[in-house]
Amino acid sequence: MGRWADISFEARMATVEFRVSERAHIVVDSDVCRSCTTKVCVHACPADLFAPTADGGILFNYEQCFECGTCYMVCNSEGAISWTYPDGGHGVVFRHG
Amino acid sequence: MTDEQQAPDPPVFDAVVVGAGPAGASAALALARAGRSVVMVERGPFPGAKNVYGGVVYGRVLDEVIPHWWEQVPVQRWVVRRSTMILTDTQAVTLDVRSQAWGAQPYNGMTVFRADFDSWLAQHAIDAGARLLTSTVATGLLRDGSGRICGVRTDRPGGDLRARVVIACDGVNSFLAKEAGLLPRADATHMTLGAKEVLALPAGVIEERFGLGPHEGLDIEAVGGTAGVPGGGFLYTNRDSVSVGVVVSLNGLAASGRRPEDLIASFKAHPGIASYLKGAEVKEYSAHLIPEGGYSTMPELATDGLLVAGDAAAMTLAAGIWLEGVNFAIGAGLEAGRAAATAIGTGDVSAAGLSGYRRALEASFVLRDHKRLRLAPDLVLSDRMQQQYTKVLCDIAEDLFTVTNPQPKPGLVRIMRRVLRRHRVRWRDLARDGLDTARTFR
Repeated sequence: MGRWADISFEARMATVEFRVSERAHIVVDSDVCRSCTTKVCVHACPADLFAPTADGGILFNYEQCFECGTCYMVCNSEGAISWTYPDGGHGVVFRHG
Repeated sequence: MTDEQQAPDPPVFDAVVVGAGPAGASAALALARAGRSVVMVERGPFPGAKNVYGGVVYGRVLDEVIPHWWEQVPVQRWVVRRSTMILTDTQAVTLDVRSQAWGAQPYNGMTVFRADFDSWLAQHAIDAGARLLTSTVATGLLRDGSGRICGVRTDRPGGDLRARVVIACDGVNSFLAKEAGLLPRADATHMTLGAKEVLALPAGVIEERFGLGPHEGLDIEAVGGTAGVPGGGFLYTNRDSVSVGVVVSLNGLAASGRRPEDLIASFKAHPGIASYLKGAEVKEYSAHLIPEGGYSTMPELATDGLLVAGDAAAMTLAAGIWLEGVNFAIGAGLEAGRAAATAIGTGDVSAAGLSGYRRALEASFVLRDHKRLRLAPDLVLSDRMQQQYTKVLCDIAEDLFTVTNPQPKPGLVRIMRRVLRRHRVRWRDLARDGLDTARTFR
């Protein structure tokens, strides 16, 4: 939570409808991430889905993904993040986008 | 002829349109009106479910295809006030334009929810005879024995869709355009991230707070106010909510170490914005990438059996004072649909047969505006514009209206000299950037 935050991150994400798929549409190769010094995905992801682990890898969630593509666009290690769309009908549903 | 004999399945549709956003729905509408069979493949449960925009839909592009569209469009508010703000941490300079003409026929801009607007536009395509397949992802391109694109694979069981032409309107991440080799795998340099909150506020409060009538709306676009990350903020009014957010350079965000929602909070806390939002609670949080690179980053628009339109073809116009996307997607989608219908009619759906698409766009506002403003995206997000000129402009304006009696007024030239020195801007750079700006926006 940031300095200005007027609402907890959990409450913020609770405003968004997700139809969560069984299949993870994001796959992270933590072996690649361990050699990454910037781990830009961790702070750039607007849904805060990426968390650094103690051993230098990345722990990721896919359930509350906006499907924006920021993570794989800012990732500087090819192959670290495999990103596809969730299965049809699943994933985020914006009502006021 | 031999190819057709070898192919086990003939095309089921004249065209398959991937994505039922503004570009896809418009392409399908044009194809259906031309009497062609067309199916839209939409990965969301309904059109617009995956879509986010940043303020205003300019509807005049619909005049030629949906007469009196304003009588039926699911509008939130008609924008009669358009403010452009230049922000520093503690200052704001605002150009506030109001026109009552924008709130009456033929109207100018409107605020909408994309779930409503995109579904409405797709329904027009359906009414014209197009089919809509929702909750379906187009997972790849189908190619015939000679390698020519002849449809799409979907994630439905047995879900191959064969068509004479594929129109990729699958958005900013267009995996189809990437698979066809038209777009790079990732292009953070030419992307911005939009992050947005929709805040509940009663209609009466909105009208009082922003000086609006019952159906009237306001759109504020700001440069700066994003905690030093290159970009800006926006605020626009819906019927009984306001949408507020930031649009920031993806590379700038990556380098800053800041979180997107922190940047929204920073913009919301700006003294020029904060009072507008008092008591408003978050109804929905959202984020989306925007292809802001403009003309020079557009892919090839046609290849054998494939056309690309809308965000998939980087058609969002991000030119400082003008920020438009939905209208460009509609304009391009309509031309893609028409060009595809013509090519299907002649039997030549090769890149050459589909080249009428680009020619039509070059004659329309879509590529004419983009070509004219091709230098603007870089200029607007440049360091000098973002880091220095916002401060220069705000300081000049502040000094101009600061009365320092008993000293007499310093005069504009002295103020400018003083401010430019304070921010280490050289006259030479200013002159050159001024000339570039004039050339860009001429």
